[in-house]
Order: sequence, then C-alpha cells, then structure tokens
Amino acid sequence: MSTVANSIFSPELAARFDHLVTIYPLRRSALVPMLLYAQDELGYVSDAAVAEIAERIEILELDVRNVLSYYSMLRTKPAGKYNVQVCTNISCMLRGGYEILDHCKKTLGVGHKETAPDGVFSLEEVECIGACCWAPAMQINYDFHDDLTPEKVDVLFQMYRDGQGKDVK
Amino acid sequence: MADVNFIVDGKQLTAPAGTLLIEACKSAGIEIPAFCYYPGLSLQAACRMCVVRIEKMPKLQTACTTPVAEGMVVQTETPEIAQARKATLQLLLGNHPLDCPVCDAGGECELQDMTFKYGAADSFYAEPKNHREEQKWSPVVYFDRPRCILCYRCVRMCGEGMDVFALGIQNRGSSSVIAPNVPAQMSPDDLPHVDCEQCGMCIDACPVGALTSGTYRYKTRPWEMNHVATVCTHCGDGCKTTLGVRSTSDGSEIVRGDNRDKSGINGDFLCNKGRYAFDFANHEGRITQPLVRQTNGEFKSVSWEVALDLVGKKFRELRDTRGGKSIGVIGGNRLTNEEAYLLQKFARTVLGTNNIDHHRTADYVSFAQALAGQTNRTASLRDTLTAPSVLIVGGDPTIQAPGTAWNLRTNVRLNRAKLYIANSEPIKLRRQAKAFVQLSPFGYSALTSYLAGDDASASSAASDATGLSAFRDVVKSEENLLILIGSELRGADLRKLIAFGLTLPGAKFALLSDYANSRGAADMGLLPDMLPGYNPVGSSSPLATEYTANTTSGSLAPGLDMLEIFDAAGKGDLSALYVVNSNPVARYGVDAAALKNTFVVVQEMFLTETAALADVILPAANLYEKAGSVTNSYGDLQQVKKAGDRAGVRTDFEMIVRIADKMGTNMRALVPFGKGLRADMGQTRGAQSGEADRHSIWLTAQNLEPRLSPFDPLAILDEIQRLVPGYNILRLQLLSGNDQHLSPAAPAELVQITTRRDLVLPANDSLFTSGTLGRYSTMLSDLQHNESLRPSSLLTQIQTAAD
Amino acid sequence: MPALVSHPDEVKVISRRFGMGAADIEKYIELDGYKAVQQAIANGPAWIIDTMKASGLRGRGGAGFPTGMKWSFVPKVSEKPKYVLVNGDESEPGTCKDHVIFLHDPHAVIEGTMIAGLAIGSKLGFIYLRGEYRYLLKIVEKAVADAYAKGFLGKNIFGTGVDFDIITQTGAGAYEVGEESALMESLEGKRGVPRIKPPFPAVVGLYGGPTVINNAETIANAPHILLMGGEAYAKLGTERNGGTRLFGISGHVERPGVYELPMGYSLRKAIYEVAGGIKDGKKLKAVVPGGASCPVLTADEIDVGLDFDQMGKAGTMLGSGGIVVLDETVSIVEFALRTIAFYQHESCGWCIPCREGTDWIKKTLTRVYNGGGSRKDVDNVQYLAENMMGRTFCPLGDAAAMPTLGFVKKFRKEFEEYIDGNRAGTPLITVEQLVGAGH
Ligand SMILES: Cc1cc2nc3c(=O)[nH]c(=O)nc-3n(C[C@H](O)[C@H](O)[C@H](O)COP(=O)(O)O)c2cc1C
Ligand code: SF4
Ligand code: FES
Repeated sequence: MSTVANSIFSPELAARFDHLVTIYPLRRSALVPMLLYAQDELGYVSDAAVAEIAERIEILELDVRNVLSYYSMLRTKPAGKYNVQVCTNISCMLRGGYEILDHCKKTLGVGHKETAPDGVFSLEEVECIGACCWAPAMQINYDFHDDLTPEKVDVLFQMYRDGQGKDVK
Repeated sequence: MADVNFIVDGKQLTAPAGTLLIEACKSAGIEIPAFCYYPGLSLQAACRMCVVRIEKMPKLQTACTTPVAEGMVVQTETPEIAQARKATLQLLLGNHPLDCPVCDAGGECELQDMTFKYGAADSFYAEPKNHREEQKWSPVVYFDRPRCILCYRCVRMCGEGMDVFALGIQNRGSSSVIAPNVPAQMSPDDLPHVDCEQCGMCIDACPVGALTSGTYRYKTRPWEMNHVATVCTHCGDGCKTTLGVRSTSDGSEIVRGDNRDKSGINGDFLCNKGRYAFDFANHEGRITQPLVRQTNGEFKSVSWEVALDLVGKKFRELRDTRGGKSIGVIGGNRLTNEEAYLLQKFARTVLGTNNIDHHRTADYVSFAQALAGQTNRTASLRDTLTAPSVLIVGGDPTIQAPGTAWNLRTNVRLNRAKLYIANSEPIKLRRQAKAFVQLSPFGYSALTSYLAGDDASASSAASDATGLSAFRDVVKSEENLLILIGSELRGADLRKLIAFGLTLPGAKFALLSDYANSRGAADMGLLPDMLPGYNPVGSSSPLATEYTANTTSGSLAPGLDMLEIFDAAGKGDLSALYVVNSNPVARYGVDAAALKNTFVVVQEMFLTETAALADVILPAANLYEKAGSVTNSYGDLQQVKKAGDRAGVRTDFEMIVRIADKMGTNMRALVPFGKGLRADMGQTRGAQSGEADRHSIWLTAQNLEPRLSPFDPLAILDEIQRLVPGYNILRLQLLSGNDQHLSPAAPAELVQITTRRDLVLPANDSLFTSGTLGRYSTMLSDLQHNESLRPSSLLTQIQTAAD
Repeated sequence: MPALVSHPDEVKVISRRFGMGAADIEKYIELDGYKAVQQAIANGPAWIIDTMKASGLRGRGGAGFPTGMKWSFVPKVSEKPKYVLVNGDESEPGTCKDHVIFLHDPHAVIEGTMIAGLAIGSKLGFIYLRGEYRYLLKIVEKAVADAYAKGFLGKNIFGTGVDFDIITQTGAGAYEVGEESALMESLEGKRGVPRIKPPFPAVVGLYGGPTVINNAETIANAPHILLMGGEAYAKLGTERNGGTRLFGISGHVERPGVYELPMGYSLRKAIYEVAGGIKDGKKLKAVVPGGASCPVLTADEIDVGLDFDQMGKAGTMLGSGGIVVLDETVSIVEFALRTIAFYQHESCGWCIPCREGTDWIKKTLTRVYNGGGSRKDVDNVQYLAENMMGRTFCPLGDAAAMPTLGFVKKFRKEFEEYIDGNRAGTPLITVEQLVGAGH
C-alpha cells in the first residue's frame, strides 16, 4: 500500500518508493533513482510524476525540476518504446560511431532526440557510455550492444520489432 | 575569535580568524571584485572574479571562500589576476546582449563597472549570441535571460534570505538558466511565473539587469533621478528606503523604490510594498484642490484661502458656542511625529478638547505602563538581527512586519539564534523556530497565565500539554531573550506577559503594530486619556502643567475615545470632527447618518469613505512628500525626507498651523518658531549653496538655526524633545539619516492602571494590502489580482543536508 | 556482453576472477572471497591502513592519490556518522574498466567497501554507478543481497559483532557527477554541482559526515592487497606506483580491450604488443593516454612507462587508464572538436570559465571545422583554454582545457593547414552532425 493516496504509479513501484525514501540517512537521497524509475514506468517524467515525487520526498516541485533538468538521461517528453542511444564519443567515433548513428537515422527515419511516428523507436546521440573497448556501441533502453556494424544494427532493430528485445522494466 | 595578522598588497592587516578574505580586504579599503559573493548568503565560488594570489598556493584562490589565516601573504591586483578577471569578463560578454543603452541597470551595473575596470571590451567571437525573449514572471518581476550572468544571487536571496524558494537553477552547462517555480506548462497562460511573496529582493541582488522591476523598467535612467533616502510608509517596521525621483510638470514623481543604501534598520531588506507601492501618490483619484460641500450636497473646489478661512471660522465658532468638548479629533497612523504632536496640541490647547484618538493597532499604553521605570528593556529592530534568542507571542511578522521576519531569519541562519514561537496559527516563521506551540484559538490570555506559573491554564492555552510545558521550561532558561509581542496581547494579558519577561535576565520587549507611525501616534498622545509620552491627562507632569497653562478651557479629564466620538455624533452631541489622514468611517463601519449634524473636516489624498462625508476636504501630502520623523513599532526614530511633490497639496503640518492661525491662535505658543538665534544661512555667499547646506545642517544640529517659519517641523521637534519623556534625540544622528532607539515608557510615578477600553483593531493587512492607502496603489491591486490567479501554495519544509 | 581479452604480459590481480563466474557468491567464496574482510576485522583499522599504505596503491579514479593516506585522513572520532562511497560513475571517454569489474567481480567491490569501512570506522557504504550501468546495478544489487543473506552484511557480520550496510544506486547521466563532491550532491538528491573545498570529504563529506570516496577499481583492489600483503602488491609496480592497473585500450588498435598491466608498463608495448598494434596496418598518429582529459601524445612520444609519475613527466597524465589510439587517418581538428563538444555538454555550468569557455571553444572549433575558420581562431582557442586552466571551480575545466591545449600546441600546423584548405585526414563527421551534438 502506497503512503501516497491516489499514486500515479503502479502498486509495485509505489511500494518500492515507499521503501526507497526510508533507506537513506536523508529522504532526499532517493530523488535521482526515483526519477529514473518513474521514467522507466511512464516513459518520461511527467508533471504528475514531479508532483508525486515532490510530495514523497517532501521537497518543492521546483526542487525536483532543478534536479530533473540536470541529468541527461531524464526526459520530460515521451520517447519511443525502445530508445536507441548511439555513442559518438572519441573511442566510438574512431571506430565508426557516426556511421552507426547515420545508419540509425536513415533506418528509423528520425533524428537526434526524435521518436518514430509508430512510437517503437526513438533515437538519441549520447556521450561516452563506458563501452569504449568494444566500440562502436549503443544502448537500447538499458541494454548494451557493442562492436556494431550497420548490419548488426539491422538485425538488432528487427529483434526489437519482433518483440524479442527487453523492455525497460 | 582571536585576531590573525596577514599581508595584503603589502599592507599589514588584522582581522578575526575565520573572516573571509574578501570581507577582511573590504574593511581595509581593498575592494575585490565579485559577482557571486553576497554577504550573508551561502558561498558559491562560481564567478571566479575574486581570484587572488596567495603565497604558497599553486593556483589563484577565490577570496570569497578563503578565510584569513596567520601569516598569509596575498596579492589582489597583479597582471596575472587582472588577466584572469579580464578573461572571465570576455567570456561573460560573449553571450551578453550588450543592450546597456536600454537596460534598466545601465549606469548601475556591476558587469559594466568591471568591464570598464578590466577593459574586456574586445570580442573574438563570430558566432551569434543566444537570444531569448524577456519573461514577465509577475506584475513586478521581469526576467531577461540573455543578460543573466548566473551568479545565483537571486536564487539564494529567495531561498536562504526569504525562505520562499521560488527560483531555481535548471538545465546544465551553457544551457543553465534561472527558472521560476511555476513552469510554463503549469500556468494558464503557458508562460513561466513566480509564485512568491513578490518582495523583489531578487531584483535588488541582481548585479546586472537580468531581473527588472515591473514598476521601474524602461522608465528612466538611473542618473536622471534624484535619490532620496527616507522611511517606507507602509508597515510598522519602518524600513529605510531610497526613492528615485524625477521632475514632472506638476511636481516631482517617484519612479522607483529600492534599498541601495543598506545602512538602515532593515539591512539588505525591502518588501514588495516598500519597493513598489509608492504609486498611490500618482493615482488618478488624488485630490489636489480643497473641496467644500455646497448646499446641494455637491463638492466644489475652492481656493486654499477660502477653505482654510471657512474651517478656521467654523472651528472657532463651534468651540466658542458649543465648547471644545463638543469637538472630536482623529489622527492618522502615517502622520509624522511632529504632525501627530502638533495635532493633539492643537486639539488640547486650541480646540480645547481631549476627544482625540487614532486607529490603534496595538496597545502601546499598556506596553508603556508595564515597562514604567525600567531601563534597557525595549528592543530595537536591530536587535532582531543579533539577539541570541527570540520569543514571538502572537503576530505574524512574515506578513505583518516583513523586515522583522527577514532579520529573524537572517539571525537564525547566520548566528544560529534560537527562535521560540507561540501562536494560534502555524505562522511561516515556525520553519525557523526551535520550538513552536500552536495555541488554541484565543489562547493568548491563558498562555500568559501559564507562563506566569498558573499550571491550570495549560489546557486553555494549547492542546499539546507536554509541548507547552517544555516550551515554558526552555523559554524560562533563556537569558537576553528578545520578546516580540503581537497585537493580540493587550491590557492585562500584555502586562502579564511583560511581567513574566521581566523575570528573565536581560529580556527585551517589542510590541508589533501595523503602520508606519502607529507607534508615533501613541507616543505623541493621539489618545483621549494620555498626553504625549503616556502622561495621563489630568496628572501633574511638567507636560500636563505646561498644557494646562496654555489651555484656554483647560480640560483635565480624559476625552472621548474613537467609538465614543461617533456615539456622540450619533446623539447629535458632536459639533465638529477633524479627521487628519485617517479613514475611521470605513475602519469602524460608521453609519453615514451619524455625522449628518457634525461639521466634518477631512485632510486626505483621496475621496475615502470618510472624506466622502466631509464638509471640507483639504488635499493632503503623504509621507513621501514631507519631512519630519517617524517611530517604528520598536521605538526606533528615523527621519522622513521629502521625495515626491504634487502641486496643489499641503502637508498636514502646514494645514494644522494654518487652521490654528485662522482661528486667531497665538502661533508662537502653538509652534515655538522664531526663538532660535539668528544666523547667516549662506544667502550672503551667493551661489555656494553646497556650503550653505552644510552650514544649515550644522546649525540645525546645534539647535541654532533661525526658525523663521511656523511650518518648520523641526520647530515642534524642539518641544517634543523637551517635553516628551524618552524622546531625547541626538539631532545630528537624526539629520544624518541614522535611526535612534527611544524607549518612552510612562513615567513610573504617574502610572495609574485603570481599565481602559480595548480599542485595538489590527489592520489585518496581507502582503499585498496596506490599509486604505494600499487601495490606491495600482501595483498592489495588480499583485492581489496576480495572487488570485493561483491557489495559495503550501510551501513544504525544506530539508538541509548538513543539519 | 563485452568480450574478455588477455595477453601474456598481463599480471592478474584485480582481474584474477574475471570470466570465472565470481558474480555468484559461492564461486566468489571459493576463489578466496570474503577472507580479506575477516582478516581485516581480526587485525583492526591500523593494520588495514598500514597494509594499504605499504601497497603503494594510488587512486584509480584519475588523480592517483595514495589510497592508504586518504583513509588515514579520516578523523578517528566524529560526531556525525562516517561513510564509504564507491565511485562507479565511470564516464571519462575512453574508460570502461569499472564496467568489467562490476560485471565479473562485484563481490570484490563489496568486500573492498567493507574493508574501507572497517579502516575508517564507518557502518554504511554506498556503491554509486552511472545511470547507464543499470544492468550492472542489477548484478551488484544481487551480489549485495546474497551477501546480506549470508550474514556478511547487516548486523553482526560474520558473527563478529561488527555492523555494516551497503546501499547501491545509480546516477542519471552526468559526467560531472564523477567528481567526488558532485557525486555526494547527487547522492543527496541534488544537482551534480561540486562543493567548495575545503572542507575535504575526509572531514566533511556525505551528509556532512567524514567520508572516504574511492574509485571502484581502487576499492576492489583492497581485498587482494590484504590477502597478498602490501609489500608484495607494491613490488608488482614501480616506485611510488604500487601494483597493477586495468588499462582500457581502444580506438585504432587490432585488439581493443581491458588489460591488467603492471604499473610502469611501456605505453608503446601496450599499444603494439598487448593490443596487437595499429588496426589494418596503418601508422600511429597520436595517443590520448588516460581518458579524454589527458593531453595527447604524438606517435614519437610513446616511449613512456604507464605510471602516474612518468606520465606526468611526459607532460600528460595517467588519468583513468583509458588509452585511446589514433591512426594516421584521424583529423585532429575533428578529434579536438569532438573532445570539447563532450566537455561542453557535460560542464555543470556552475562557474563562468568552464561554462562559457567550453562553449566558446566548441563554437569556434565548429566554425573552423566547418571551413569558416581563420588562423586567429587557433590563437583564440588557445587563449580560451589557457584562461580556463587552473581558474575553474572544479577540475572539469582543466579536463577540458588540457587536451585542447595539447591539440592546438602539438598539432598547430595541422589546424593551420586545415584552415588554409589542406584538410588532413578524412573527416568522419559532417558539420550538421556536430552542430546537432548540442543535445
Ligand atoms: C570532472 C571529474 C570527473 C570524474 N569522474 C570520475 C569517475 O567517473 N570515476 C571516478 O572514479 N573518479 C572520477 N573522478 C575523480 C574523483 O573526483 C575522485 O578523485 C575519485 O573518485 C577518487 O577515488 P580514487 O582516489 O580511488 O581515485 C572525476 C573527477 C573529476 C574532476
Ligand atoms: S569547472 Fe565549473 S562549470 Fe565546470 S564542471 Fe566544474 S564547477 Fe561545473
Ligand atoms: S565572488 Fe568569489 S567566485 Fe564569485
């Protein structure tokens, strides 16, 4: 049972949040993880999510927005079901990161931070994701895919389209 | 803390250990530039302008975060440092719009000044600047994002200083932006706004023109104004404010209010009323000609001569035929002390009546009586900034006395002062309080008994018995406690609370009231039973003696109070009513019919409910249009200076004098002018007027100037100083704009505690109202409207990481 | 899943259990897991700190501060609780070593955290992973849960009467949060803006309490060091640079990967032997030796030993151990632009020189890259970078300025020729792509 009446989150997530705010020496420490988990469930951090999280943590909504806008993984607009994040930072760039990005743009028909009309994929160019030695690399939602080639990307996209990819949760 | 010795730019300096280098340097006259540093707010080290070279340190260090240490050797202006600052400025200017010619801050901009000093005018950038539209965050706060240099002063001012937290920092890197708490998507007009107290402190703190004021923006340039330091006309805190004045065709107009001179009792602070609500003076409803009611019931404008003649003749006639006791006099809370004093003197010695009162917003008579014979027991507003512990019983300073609230928050933040609050409402200051007891409704009386030791009153004071008992214990253990008392406490309760406080070593008291000179009105004897300085009418004080000697019909008995005056009118016993700058008809819900047989004279700016019933309306100047002194709730006396001017109006002082004159009064007995020594006022020195000014100040201070005019308020100040206990003023202090704490208390030997009627009627002003006056401020109406657009926000308690 | 590599020159200490299924607690125990922490409990804080000091271990997060010394700075008595904070924010471009540790040996991080806690008298440790490492968080979370289940964490661990708890969490995308005080801010639920120092974390850190913060690799080394002894560990490396370290070799090499090499190992050998030389038989042009923030080395500057001191002498840094290799085809103009674009994107924006400096360098280089540059722009970029150096609030500003200075100083001719129309290398990025990088 959630401590917040009419929670906008699923009962499981609400219960998780109830717990999360209690484990730290300071309630507010739960903020960044909560925002991520809220995004995972809702697809983005909505105004309603901001309001409920502010209430749970006992801080102002403005404070939540200040923090929310700082972190680049958090977004306030929906993305696709599968958010494709292509790294183009130095190690990936040297091994074809931009080719992969271009390939994704072409295949998905979208640009940076855009979502395909069917809502299945969205695309994002990201900074180094910590897969430099296996470059070029990308993440689809939280899953890493490395040593990419355009052909490998095609296979991956097909897998996701066929529902074999993992959801965020 | 112990002092340490260090060397800055070759100068041997000394400062207490722990002092920030930037402050230590400032005290020694070495100015270190800074954008993000703001005294009293948290340190940021973000702008990097204050960098200095400290021996043995590998990098330049920020003076704003470095405490001085023994033996430290510092350079503050080497070529290396100048280059660092120049480079920082070049970076800032890269995106800065450089619209200085139209910027409100042009001429008083810290970025401009720095650029001038470090010569960072050259630009190497070919890229276009980021442009963003200006945003209207509220009727009074505008934000011009490209001008913002991200010093975060506004954010801290709002959060730490005001405890409002309406501003935040959003995004990161070069997209960082100051953001208000109502984002565009959450507001009906799809534009971002601030939901806040609208104090405008963020604008004051902004070193550039990124935050501008709704009342002042694009109106004029700073150098086209004269700046007059005076006292705010709104609440009982009496904050020092600087009014920017510009000449117009019919006088001079106030275009800006701010707090550039931070020497006042309010320190850095000014609230929205002090900052914006000077605009009533320019309201279109302003009366600028005397009006006399005709037989058909309509007002007709007449010349001053005709109006004054009429009033003088009528007053004289009514006094002589129906007796002074048939006349009532009501004074205002925004008169100067000199005017209030003169008004009651005029009533008592010329009209011959003690039927004199004002809208009382706190029971200063009981306060003065309770402290009779005590010394050093009344607090100055300055004490709220330094007292180690503070007890607040009743009142809500955040709304009622925002300057007090600011000082208290600052004191808690910077000095860890302990704040204890007992209130029947969960007032906002509880967030800074160490202990808060929520009293039952009307629980104040029970609380005073409980504090005094009557345990049986606990249950009527508050429902939380253990909390209450712990509260009493901790309060009783405090030394040098500052006790701030709300207007809820009056008469016996007030005396009981003060008696309790007097048992605590070093405790000091203040009683909060609502208007700029509520305290002065009481001190100056705008009361039916008290002469100035709380000398009871009919007692044998020197003042009473002098008054009786001067009195034609020597009235030794207390007169009618506010309500009795209107009762008398209703019964047809009131021949005349003289209302000076007050609106009792609206305040006390007086039935218009009650006054139909009374000759009513009203001195006013506007056609108020009271003025509408007058036979004669005399157009009055307001506190920003006259000179004199006022006393705030705490008893701090300050000088009021003339800023604005409006053709056609006169000060209340002048009008009283002229009416008295028309009545055939001995003017030298009413206003002791012309007694001073003759002196050359500089006229013979022709154009050297600057010297003449200095000469005149000195003369004034030495009590030497020739008071050639009965309209000179300083003439009556002599008498106030001579006769009113407690008003032993240092003139040079007053005239140089410094506040002085006075503690008028009833003369101990004269205190007679009789049951007086409780006529205290709190103003109940919100942050965006200010009595009758406030109704004529367009800006305040805009702010009220703005407020009505949103549900009132419930500010959540903010956690602080370190605590 | 990232492939594991190996090479005969490797000295496996921290990577000993990689590829052996040690994420499973039973396997970890079988491979000497949780022995070191029990020794640590038995021998006490002084012994732990002495052993760590003797090991010569220097922080693997980038700055190379001696770990034993850092731990000894924490006051013995403190009114506020003390904390251990594991920095797994790994975001320096070119770096993916902590990634492998969390993946293959999460218990080593847990055990190391406990050891650090015992050394300073803390009862609570935090393991903070960058937000992108969600799948690794799950691995670490499971490891922590298993350790609790075994009684290795929680109250009365190993029945010794000692209590220790661990909280795991991730960030949400911000390089700056890797900076130690910004990490604390983030962990306290705030914007990742660094704190004013002093006070340093060892005195006033997380929640105002004394805090030891170490890189995940540093921490994961602790159990190994206690087991093998400080001196033995120290001997593996060079003077004042004890032990081994994980080097991530990426870019234009034949066998990119994360290798564990002894400190002081030759950079040339690391590239040409360990990583199999330059890809496709091309020529080496330059090396960014320790993550994107380290000044570049040219092809003839690589005869240097991989330790903090030798790299410092060579005018660059060992940094995070991420060696990025550039072959002859790379345009330095483009590479410099991509590097500054990263720092511009990641600057927290707090201080003027970093916020505005990275932005203007990026804008200027974008124009240069676009063909609209003049030789004066190269001076301007250098001027900007020089005026950022040492003047910013935290070292991110330096991290952006240092490589920029390296590029324009060492490859000035290439910049000038590029501007004059002789564009070296084949640009990999279109202008549109780079301008779009303002995400
Ligand atoms: C901008 C910046 C980013 C950093 N990022 C990381 C990081 O991702 N991981 C890390 O371990 N240390 C990072 N550091 C270094 C940390 O501030 C800190 O020095 C380190 O965690 C200390 O651990 P160590 O002594 O074990 O190296 C960064 C420093 C700066 C200035
Ligand atoms: S150098 Fe300044 S702006 Fe850059 S990351 Fe550090 S504090 Fe933030
Ligand atoms: S005043 Fe010191 S950094 Fe801004």
